[in-house]
Amino acid sequence: MELVFALAIGTLTASGVYLLLRARTFPVVVGLTLLSYGVNLFLFSTGRLATGAQPIIGSTESYTDPLPQALVLTAIVIGFAMTAFVVVLSLRSLADHDDDHVNGDQSSSEPDSAAPEKREGHDQ
Amino acid sequence: MNQWLIAPILIPLLGGILQVFMGYAPISLRRTLALATTVLLLVATIVLLLLANDGQYRLYAFGNWQPPFGIVLVLDRLAALMLVLTAVLALFCHLFSLGGYDEGNRQFHGLFLFQLMGLNIAFLTGDLFNLFVAFEVLLIASYGLLMHGGGTARTIPGLHYVVLNLVGSALFLISVGMIYSVTGTLNMADLALRIPDLQGADLELVKAGGLMLLVVFGLKAAVLPLSFWLPKAYARASAPVAALFAVMTKVGIYAILRVYLLVFGNHAGPLANLGMDWLFPLALVTLAMGVIGALGAQSLKTLVAWQVVISVGTLLAPIALGSNAGISAALFYLLSTTWTVGGLFLLSELVASQRGSAGDRIVTAPPMQNRTLLSVFFLVGAVAAAGLPPLSGFFSKVLILQSVTSGSEMAWLWGILLVGSFFTVIAYSRAGSIVFWRTVGGHIEDPPRLGGEVRAATGALVALSVIIVAFAGPINEYTDATAAQLQDRQGYVQILQTPMVQEDN
Repeated sequence: MELVFALAIGTLTASGVYLLLRARTFPVVVGLTLLSYGVNLFLFSTGRLATGAQPIIGSTESYTDPLPQALVLTAIVIGFAMTAFVVVLSLRSLADHDDDHVNGDQSSSEPDSAAPEKREGHDQ
Repeated sequence: MNQWLIAPILIPLLGGILQVFMGYAPISLRRTLALATTVLLLVATIVLLLLANDGQYRLYAFGNWQPPFGIVLVLDRLAALMLVLTAVLALFCHLFSLGGYDEGNRQFHGLFLFQLMGLNIAFLTGDLFNLFVAFEVLLIASYGLLMHGGGTARTIPGLHYVVLNLVGSALFLISVGMIYSVTGTLNMADLALRIPDLQGADLELVKAGGLMLLVVFGLKAAVLPLSFWLPKAYARASAPVAALFAVMTKVGIYAILRVYLLVFGNHAGPLANLGMDWLFPLALVTLAMGVIGALGAQSLKTLVAWQVVISVGTLLAPIALGSNAGISAALFYLLSTTWTVGGLFLLSELVASQRGSAGDRIVTAPPMQNRTLLSVFFLVGAVAAAGLPPLSGFFSKVLILQSVTSGSEMAWLWGILLVGSFFTVIAYSRAGSIVFWRTVGGHIEDPPRLGGEVRAATGALVALSVIIVAFAGPINEYTDATAAQLQDRQGYVQILQTPMVQEDN
């Protein structure tokens, strides 16, 4: 179980980081979401993985640590609010600049750069 | 257990909730209540400062749970100093915002107060995960404030700021998880006790977690590889918000001071002074980068935003070296620079409002109204920020220079700080002489009148650099005592022994 769990966290985090480095806001938002999934799973595992154990000390032989579960709950709520905010902000940026590039409308903000070719490159 | 410790959190919380439900109330009523909340907060923090000045640690345990099992608030000299620093800055920013800068968004005052609440939780908390929650509270309020005032110029720097901080939060959670998985505790005092005994693989895990935590705090503090978001975001924010954000980078510095002196301090065995050899060169490079940015700034607000980066570098260099005198000098500089930078942000906005279409760009323009008053403010602010005698910036930089006495570190810090200050003076004199002296013909159509509150707020923040000099003796005694208290790990750890109040039944 540890191996599967670790692979899941690693895949989520790696995909999240890859998407974060994209140039459009939508992949960036999805990347942030995947990253926070990975982080939440990681945080959950910090109390050690145990199946069928109660979160009460002394009740049975093996018990599971309830604190990471509380931490994950907090992190999920906060991450959810932040994701909602970043979605709204990206939509606002799209509306303001008619472009969902993370730097806004490149042709107006950086007149010297060869913006049109660059943008075609990102679309592929 | 001391109930007063919760006041700096409850006051802005209640005031903020009130504002949320008063979005459609007359603006004069909202302003009065909001300003009253900030004044009340300042009074409460001063009371706490007087309490903390006896050198005792005071504890507030939520729900009467014995630490380390419950979340605790801990008041010591450093926390009290940061609370007062923030409350003073917030009061004047808030006063400034009443000059029409709070219009256009019904929730400005609410967000402003929630931001203060987040800051105060961060300064008071004695729990690592609670510190994360405090960061999130202050960040989500700051996202809203950064967008305040509208305009398309703010969305892109705002988006960068939000995405970067979300990644920072993810890293924070990972490092908290790593530390918890080994030590089984997140209470800072308890961590300080457990970390010296770690061995083997556990040690490496905590080391990785601790270094990642340094990256997170470095992002908040805008240490060099992580500081490029700052100038754009701060320069585009509306003036009272930018001035309040002068304290946001200081939260990162506070967290470094608190966590790395207590948990990874001299007593931490194999992990003693974790990451501090990295921090010192990074701080110096940050300082140099800030000076280069200030020299190349195209507008007053960008110039002041780079001054924030300069002050971060100047603050972290002596903190990384970790001597008592260095930390004391850094705290002295912290007071001086935060208020001065806040005042300069407000001043840039006033200058921009008087120059028509030229705004705050460093270009020649027709002569502005109120030039004498604004130029005096700029002179005082620039002298204090650049560190020329006789204002507070000079004294604090002298203290920082004096605190470093050994070999190559002294050579590096003295060299970069002195040359950097020289170029900062050049940057300010270039900006000041172009903006205030070099004018072209013509006149500006109907510049808005400067109201009493904006003049008072800007003047007061700038004038604080004079007041700091006047009270340099007592302030320096306080920062010395704070530095000594920070180095004394035993005192902080004692809070774990605090007896809880028994129930009466």
